[in-house]
Order: sequence, then structure tokens, then C-alpha cells
Amino acid sequence: MWLSSSTIGRKVVMSISGLFLILFLTFHVCMNIVALISAEGYNAVCGFLGANWYALVGTLVLAAGFFVHIIYAFWLTMQNRRARGSERYKVVDKPKSVEWASQNMLVLGIIVIGIACFHLYHFWYNMQLQEILGNETVNVAACAVGAGQSLANTSVHDGYAFIAATFSNPVVVVLYLVWFVALWFHLTHGFWSALHTLGWNNNIWFNRWKVIANVYATIVCLGFAVVAIAFYFKSL
Amino acid sequence: MEKTINFTLRVWRQKDAHSKGYFEDHQMEGISGDTSFLEMLDILNERLVKEHKEPIVFDHDCREGICGMCSLYVNGHPHGPEGGCTTCQLFMRKFEDGSTITVEPWRSAGFPVIKDLMVDRSAYDKIMQAGGYVSVNTGAAQDANAILIPKEVADEAMDAASCIGCGACVAACKNGSAMLFVAAKVSQLALLPQGKVEAARRAKAMVAKMEELGFGNCTNTGACAAECPKCVSLSNIARLNREFIKAKLAD
Repeated sequence: MWLSSSTIGRKVVMSISGLFLILFLTFHVCMNIVALISAEGYNAVCGFLGANWYALVGTLVLAAGFFVHIIYAFWLTMQNRRARGSERYKVVDKPKSVEWASQNMLVLGIIVIGIACFHLYHFWYNMQLQEILGNETVNVAACAVGAGQSLANTSVHDGYAFIAATFSNPVVVVLYLVWFVALWFHLTHGFWSALHTLGWNNNIWFNRWKVIANVYATIVCLGFAVVAIAFYFKSL
Repeated sequence: MEKTINFTLRVWRQKDAHSKGYFEDHQMEGISGDTSFLEMLDILNERLVKEHKEPIVFDHDCREGICGMCSLYVNGHPHGPEGGCTTCQLFMRKFEDGSTITVEPWRSAGFPVIKDLMVDRSAYDKIMQAGGYVSVNTGAAQDANAILIPKEVADEAMDAASCIGCGACVAACKNGSAMLFVAAKVSQLALLPQGKVEAARRAKAMVAKMEELGFGNCTNTGACAAECPKCVSLSNIARLNREFIKAKLAD
């Protein structure tokens, strides 16, 4: 199969899974913005994304996208390190046009996925997982890296309450902001690089895609950051 | 007024492919700014020979920037920090008096060191043999205005064809990938009617050979194009990806 046996094929898998995750991020940031506008609206989205069959299928597809992207990232990095040879250069001077992010995608990816585990614990664990387990309400204890205040008998559909509780903790807000910065760097390279790998590029579009990638990454990451910060100030 | 400089040359010595290499320092004094980098190494080698020491081995041939033989990773850059030129076109006036200049060979699994600064770049020949040609005789070159090709396309093919196969792209790449080289060779032919016919077969064969020879996967960092002495554009890699994906989808 050329998608695993050829170098460009493996990169195509990285591109397509990456673009799929970008699509997911776009949806996620739109959903978060709703929380700023209306608590009922946000909880309606949460209700829609509970343990219905379509939400579960969506979750599985999404998890598969993450899984493929991460497995291929480690696989490609291992091959690339081997191709570099056993001796390293003593003096290395990065050319100016080379983005820092492009040379540190794996590290950035590890930061993104690492903090995403906290994020799953803050929300998914209390919401979709509890609904799958058949619980209608949950009790959440306050925790240094979790909710800033404890929640008692909160409905698993009350996403708004979970946001408010989680972002009232300044440690969590800072952790999330680090997360968004890492994500921003990862996206600025990942977006245009994915299209380049799919062959959709030339001398004119080269700079256009880079600008589009920067603008897109900034909008998405600012969107996430604004919600986190806004809920922290609301809690004061 | 002529500028002369003194500097320390820190150069990689390695007896053969299997020995462990090390850096060796040489004090260079009164080197004229108009000396090319390779001439500077010649001066050092003459001195070493007179002192009955082993001269430093390095690759070179035409010394006018078109053969692609000279290599050398100078102060963290393939072909030196100047950019847009080969090592033979690099002059000593570009370096600071009293500095230390570090010279290393290309370091990549695809280009094993033969001795000192000389590496085995026959992998590029093998990639070319896999498909970097047009397999029918297309005759002698015609007058440029007799072939109906848009000017921009002809220019782009010519820019890709300016690749001299020196290996700086692999040396610069953190992944040891030869994609810019293969992309240039595929592009120079795929853009023109004589080469377009075999574009799919060529892209598949050359990419397969590149991978077989142990080169890495491209992650679009762009270091290759930034360090290319002939300024071959990164967009050639997008064209190679396009040709390859098209060929695979058609199969």
C-alpha cells in the first residue's frame, strides 16, 4: 500500500489526518464561542454531542484521526533520525527562512497532546464518558489542576457549569494558554505544509498559503484563549 | 586595498568510512581576501605536504560553480554562509579576521564519509539512473522559439534544471531527505513536452530509489531551498508530490 510503503504516501497520511484535525478544531472553536454568547445555546450543543450514536461515531472517527496522526509522526521521525546519520553537525546555523515550528513539530505535537489529556479529564471524563456509563449527574471535587470550585450533582449535559468551574482555576487557565501557544506554532507550519505535501502549491500560492495558515492559526488560538480568559474573569 | 586575514581553521579529519572522526585545528595566517575557500585549503594542504603530514581530502572539480563536486559544510551552512554560491565560489573576504572557521563533511546516512571531507554521493547517480531521463532520442536542441512552450513554463523548467546535484539539500535537511534534488530532476522534465509523457513512471521510480537508498521523509522545513547554491525553489517539491500522488491514484 503506497500510503504506508512510500515516503510521499506516509506524508499524505500526515496531511489528510492533519487537515481533518484542523476541521475539528474549527468546529470546536465555534462551539466555544457559543458559550460566551449563551449558556443555553452552549448546553444545547453539549446535549446534541452526548452519548447519541452519531456523537459516539464522531468521537471514534476523531480518536482514529488523532491516533493515525500521532503514530505516523513517531514513525516518520524515527526514519528521519536514521536518515540523518550517526554523526551530528558541530556547528548548526538555521537559515532565516526556516520556521522554528517546522523543525520542532514533534515536540509541539507532544505538548499539544499532553495538555489535551488534562482537557479530556476536565470535560470529556465528566460528560460523555459519564453518560456512556449511565450516570445522569456527577460530583466534581476541586483540584489543583482541575476545577477551581467543586460541583455537586451537576448534569452531565451542563457543559457551561464545567467550563465555569474549570476556568475559575488560574493554574488551569495558564496551562491552557501554554497549550494554545504550542497549538499556534504547530498549526502555522502544519496547515500550509499539509497542502504542500498534497501537491497543491506553486510559487504564487506558496506565500498565500503561509499567510492563510498564520491567519487561521491566530483566529483559532485567539478564539480558544478568549473563552478561557473570559471565564476566568467571570469567576472573580 | 587588499585584505588579508588570519583565522583558525577547524577541520574534520576521518581516516576512512569506518574510523571515528575528529576535529583538527590549523592556524592560517596572511590569507588574501581574494583567495577562494578551496584555494585556501590548497594552501593549507601544500603546507601539510611540506611538513610531511597527510593533506586534507576534499572534493572539487570545475571550481566555477557548475560541476556540483565541491561540498563542505562551513560554519553551519552547506557551501558556507554566503548563500547562492558553491564552496568554490566562496571567498575568504567574507570571513572575519581572527575567527574560527569550522569545516565539516555532508553528514547524512545517504552520503557516507569516504575520507576527511569527501563523501560518497553516488546515491544521486543511482536515483538518476532509476528514471531521471527521457528514454527516446528527442534530437538536437531546436531554436528556442521553435518549441511552443509558454515562457513562464520554460523558465521554470530551466530553473529546476539549474540543479547541479551537489547534495547541499540533503546536507541541510534535518531529515536527510533528498526531495529537493529529486523534485528538481522530475520538474525539469515534467514541465516540458519531451519529458511529460514519462512523468508518472519517472516520479514513482525516482522516489522509490531515493527511499531505498536511505534518504529521509520531507517535512517541508525549507532548509534545502534556503541553502541551495542554485536557489532551486521549494515549489518543485509540491510538483513532485503532485506527480507522484497523481501516478499512484491512476494505478
